[in-house]
Amino acid sequence: MKLTGAEIFLESLRKEGVRTIFALPGGVVLKIFDILHQQKDIQVILTRHEQGAGHMAEGYAKATGKAGVALVTSGPGMTNVITALADAYMDSVPLVCFSGQVPTSLIGNDAFQEADNIGLSRPCTKYNFLVKDVNDLAMTIKEAFYVATTGRPGPVLVDIPKDVSMNKADFKYPASVSIRGYNPTYEGNKWQIKQAAELIAKAKKPVLYVGGGVIFSGASAELIELAEMTNIPVDMTLMALGGFPGEHPLSMGMMGMHGTYWANMAVHYSDLVVAVGARFDDRVTGKVSEFCPHAKVIHIDIDPTSIRKNVNVDIPIVGDCKIVLRELIQALRATVNGDQKELRKPWWDQINDWKRAHPLAYEQDPGGPIKPQHVIKRLYELTKDRDPIVSTDVGQHQMWTAQYFKLAQPNRWLTSGGLGTMGFGFPAAMGAQAAFPDRLVLCVAGDGSVQMNTQELATAVVNKLPVKVIVINNRYHGMVRQWQDLFYEGRYASSYLDVYPDFVKLAEAYGAVGLRATKVSELDGAITEAIAINKPVFLDVPVDQYENCYPMIPAGGCNHEMILADPPELKKKQKAGAPAPVAGEDKDTILTA
Amino acid sequence: MEHIISVTVENKFGVLSRVAGLFSGRGFNIESLSVAPTLDPSMSMMTIVTTGDDRIIEQIVKQLNKLIDVIKVVDLNENEFVERETALIKVHTKPEDRAEALRITDIFRANVIDSTPGTYTIEVTGSVGKIEAIINLLQPLGIKELIRTGRVAIAREPIRPAVTQSKRGAKE
Repeated sequence: MKLTGAEIFLESLRKEGVRTIFALPGGVVLKIFDILHQQKDIQVILTRHEQGAGHMAEGYAKATGKAGVALVTSGPGMTNVITALADAYMDSVPLVCFSGQVPTSLIGNDAFQEADNIGLSRPCTKYNFLVKDVNDLAMTIKEAFYVATTGRPGPVLVDIPKDVSMNKADFKYPASVSIRGYNPTYEGNKWQIKQAAELIAKAKKPVLYVGGGVIFSGASAELIELAEMTNIPVDMTLMALGGFPGEHPLSMGMMGMHGTYWANMAVHYSDLVVAVGARFDDRVTGKVSEFCPHAKVIHIDIDPTSIRKNVNVDIPIVGDCKIVLRELIQALRATVNGDQKELRKPWWDQINDWKRAHPLAYEQDPGGPIKPQHVIKRLYELTKDRDPIVSTDVGQHQMWTAQYFKLAQPNRWLTSGGLGTMGFGFPAAMGAQAAFPDRLVLCVAGDGSVQMNTQELATAVVNKLPVKVIVINNRYHGMVRQWQDLFYEGRYASSYLDVYPDFVKLAEAYGAVGLRATKVSELDGAITEAIAINKPVFLDVPVDQYENCYPMIPAGGCNHEMILADPPELKKKQKAGAPAPVAGEDKDTILTA
Repeated sequence: MEHIISVTVENKFGVLSRVAGLFSGRGFNIESLSVAPTLDPSMSMMTIVTTGDDRIIEQIVKQLNKLIDVIKVVDLNENEFVERETALIKVHTKPEDRAEALRITDIFRANVIDSTPGTYTIEVTGSVGKIEAIINLLQPLGIKELIRTGRVAIAREPIRPAVTQSKRGAKE
């Protein structure tokens, strides 16, 4: 029996086990939506903007480890989803995005809502397909899911012209797929692994530097085993949080620009860096020529282009983190003699000195303005027993969350690392909530970032996605203001956001719940109340406007040269503190530089 | 340093833009690029002439390998290779210059492939040095138009098996 392209689309998604898609219709994809409307297996979550659909699919993918799926229309639908595709590409998120296209006969004619979807998405997808013949549709969808989820994962676009969705073809979903130019390497080179084991066994001051690859390959158990058997400290990148338990005695927390003092000092003074599923991003290395100057480098990554792209590597191992780590553990069992704990005791003494010298700290005056770090610390302490999924937007609040919210397990952390996409957090949280309706999903947002996708409040309410958004509200683009404090003599060019909107009223306008905590004493109660409500909640927390995020390695600085606190002239303003003004209150209290 | 990279790709639409986009997106140089189908019509062969230090060339080779439509990448500079380029040169010829133009053509074992009362079109094939030499000699006569194919290159048949980097062998 022959099926239409739209029916083939549906059947193919069923075969791939897709349960939820995030979508927004338009003229050329109506046939597909019409078919989706007549079935119940696949939940269609209608978003209010295609960027939201893309980020929801990302959140779904990060929380489940499976490919997230988005469906958008041609032209503006496509251009709107580009940000999410670029975000997924930078952070290696498996995503399959379907876009509508004008009928094949009109392609290139500047038809209504036509865009060159393939050309637009080429630099920000792992691969993309234009389906010109309905007979190729099933195979293309199979290949799209295969490419998105294997090797180093990434976003894949499938562009479906209107006539392809309406034409008919025999449907047979291919059982397997083989692409001759695409053969990811999973097994590491045995000889290199043996060499690595020998280096690790001897190293006196080694550091494990782990990245997001640990999460996508599901290598957490192997990582814990390796770290424990060798007693090596584990530095995590922003993307790796949760890949190693944050409260584990060997956890050093996050490294990099706003990483902990001890994590950055350790990597700088180490004699061996074992990079696992990481890509030596500039926010991690700082000044790349002086990154870990005393260390040999072992680099395990599934993507050969990541190796030796930014730093020189002594032992490169191309392969899947989980498989390579398992082999490395075996090789180490054969290699290690003597007590690794004893060997590295002086190293740990040094690290513990660093920890004591400059712990993560803030001062919360019980009667003063709420410190943003305090909000996140309390949020962590009040929710950690419920094993929440946590998303963030991008900026100061993101870094504070990375510092203070010590995730215990992988796939709990949804954040935009590589692209740094403001507006990511709220829709990503909704995507995760759609995958896990019964879990607690938190979104720590900034008042600047969250406004880039607040329209999705409607999606959350309509689809009953009870995410809890905690708005760390300082009425500034906080990280921009921090850089202006430090590098532009406090001239706050276009970083002050004023008191609008009133997030409580905004949430209520959409039928969600709005809460606000303005005093330290109200904070715990408000958090407890928010997580008890089975509805989307915006909890607005006006915080100290001038709090800055430390430690900080200035862009291009060295990892051991961190700024640990505000310089003295800034301290004065800091000391006074200023709660962020609340909409409707006397505006004269607002301090601007 | 200049490298000649031979890239076997899927012969389908959009592949050239993926390769060109990779070079422009990552700031790599392309000195020349030529492309045509291979014996197997489902594949095309590109010859890319590029420049960069060892690290950049390593990245170029790896990034090309990473493209899904790329089947095989060989950095020809890792072994011996031969290269050729063809140029078509349209020369103004005054009656008194026509014999000189033919002599130059002869010396370079080039061919006149089109002739009008005022011009010769000369086809010359050879190394870059040879092509530049004939251009220099013809320039005084007046070159009206010049088109070069860009280089194509092929590995010399080795005495011992060549070390090539195919996708499967792309492991470190």
